[in-house]
Amino acid sequence: MSEPLPTPVPEVTPETAAFWSATADGTLLLPRCERCDTVIWYPRSFCPACGSLETTWFPASGLGSVYSFTIIRRGAAPYDRSVPYIVAYVELAEGPRVLTNVVECEPDEVEVGMAVEVVFHDTGEGPALYRFRPLRR
Amino acid sequence: MTIRGKAHIVGAYEHPARRLPDSTLPRIHAEVITGALADAGLMLSDVDGFFCDSTVGFGPISMVEYLGLHVGYVDSTEIGGSSYVAHVGHAATAIAEGKCSIALVSLAGIATLGGGGRPGRAFPEGPFENIWGLTGPVSNYAIAARRHMYEFGTTSAQLAEIKVAASLHAQHNPNALLQDPVTVEEVLDSPMIADPLHRFDCCVVTDGGGAVVVARSEVARDLARPSVKVLGHGEAVKHTDNGRVDLTYSGAVWSGARAFAEAGIGPADVDYASIYDSFTITVLECIEDLGFCEKGKGGTFVLDGALVAPGGRLPFNTDGGGLCNNHPGNRGGMTKIIEAVRQLRGETHPAVQVPDCALAIAHGTGGSLSTRMGSATLVLGRDDA
Repeated sequence: MSEPLPTPVPEVTPETAAFWSATADGTLLLPRCERCDTVIWYPRSFCPACGSLETTWFPASGLGSVYSFTIIRRGAAPYDRSVPYIVAYVELAEGPRVLTNVVECEPDEVEVGMAVEVVFHDTGEGPALYRFRPLRR
Repeated sequence: MTIRGKAHIVGAYEHPARRLPDSTLPRIHAEVITGALADAGLMLSDVDGFFCDSTVGFGPISMVEYLGLHVGYVDSTEIGGSSYVAHVGHAATAIAEGKCSIALVSLAGIATLGGGGRPGRAFPEGPFENIWGLTGPVSNYAIAARRHMYEFGTTSAQLAEIKVAASLHAQHNPNALLQDPVTVEEVLDSPMIADPLHRFDCCVVTDGGGAVVVARSEVARDLARPSVKVLGHGEAVKHTDNGRVDLTYSGAVWSGARAFAEAGIGPADVDYASIYDSFTITVLECIEDLGFCEKGKGGTFVLDGALVAPGGRLPFNTDGGGLCNNHPGNRGGMTKIIEAVRQLRGETHPAVQVPDCALAIAHGTGGSLSTRMGSATLVLGRDDA
C-alpha cells in the first residue's frame, strides 16, 4: 500500500515570499504585470511578456484542467514510498500551465482535459503545497 | 557572414569504454582529446581554440590548464547535452572570423556525477517544480509524450519502433552497451518507468566521452584523413514561455531551420541523421520539428523500418545512439557528431553504412524536451559536397 504524498518544504526567496505565505492561508496567488496585465508563471517579480519590473499579486480561482500528466512508478526519496502517483501540468483558468500533483484520483482515472480544483497540503513549516484534485460539483 | 564550408571536422574520437569507475573527468577529456588529435594527425601544440562544458571546475580554465594548452579562444556554452553540437558551430564561427585555426571540442562524462544542473546553482523555477516528485528527465519527457499522444494519436508501439531501429544498429557496434536487437513487443513489455515511457524507451546511462577537432579549410586540406565540412549550424533555447508551454514541439523547429538555411539544403537532401535520443519521444518530436515530416505525423513516419540503415527513408543513429550505444554523463550531443562524421567518411560498420552518404545532420537536445531546453543542429557534408 503506498503512502500519502510527502510535503517537501519549498525554498522561499524574497521574490516569492508572498506567494508561499498565501498558501498557508489556502490561497493560490498569481503574479500579474502592472503594465500589460499578463498573468506570470513561474512566479517572479518581472514580466517576461513586456519587460516590466512592476508586478502585483491576485488570488487565482483555483480551477483548471489537466494539460498533460505522467504516472511515476519508480520514485526517488521522499516520494519513493508513494508510488504510483501523478505529476501533471494543470492549465489554470487564468492561463498558465503549472507543474503539480493530481491527488484524490486513482492513477488509471486521470486524463488530459480533466477538470480539477486546487487543494493545499500543509508542509508544517509555513508554506503549503498547491495540488489539484478532480473537480467535485 | 556564413560559416558554410569555412571549417572542417578533421578528427573525431569516441571513448570505447562505457564504464570508467576509476577515472576522472579531466583524465577522460585527456584520453578523448588525444584520440581525436591522433585521428586528425595533429598535436596538442597545434590547438589554439578550446570548447567544453562546465562540468569540470571552471570549465575551460581548468581544462586548458590540465592539458597544458595555450589557446586564444575558449567557449563553454552550457545547454546540456546539446552543448557540443553548439560548440562545433561556435568553433566554426570563430574559425570563419579568424579567431582560431584548430579547435578542440571535448566531452567527458561519469554518470554517477550527474550531467544536468549542479547542486548549489540557483534555478529560479526550482521551488515551483522540484517539490512534486519528478524523477529526473524521464518524468518530464513522459509528460511531453503524453501530450503528443493526446493531440496526434501517437502510440507506444510507434515510439517503440525508434528503439527497435537503434537496437538493430547497435548489434554491429562492439562497443555498444546494449547489443541485442529488441522487438516492439519487448519494448512494450519492459517495465513502465513513467507513463507512457517504458524502460526501453529510455537511453542508457554510461561513462565515457568523445572529442572532435575543428579546423579551417587550409589546415584540413593538408591532412591525410578525409575531412567533413561544416555547412550550417543553428541553435535555440525553448522554455516554458511564461507558463504557456506547448509540449508538442521542441527547439528543433528553430535550430533546425537555422542550420538548414545556412547550409542551403533542406531535410529531403539529408542522407543520414544523428538525432539525440535520450528517450524515444525525443527522436519523434525532433523528426517532426526538423522538417522530416509534418507535425504530428512522426508516429507513422517511423514505421516500416524508416529509421533503419542503410535502406530506410531516414537512416538514424547507426552507432546505436543513446538508446543502445552510449550516453556519457547523460550528455549525448558529442556522440551524435562523431557518428555523423563516420557516416560522411564512409567508416561505419558496412551493415549500417549509408551508400554515397554526402549530407548529414547532427542534432542535439539538452535539458527537458519541450519544457526548458537547449537545441542545436549541425549540417555536415562530405568534403566534395
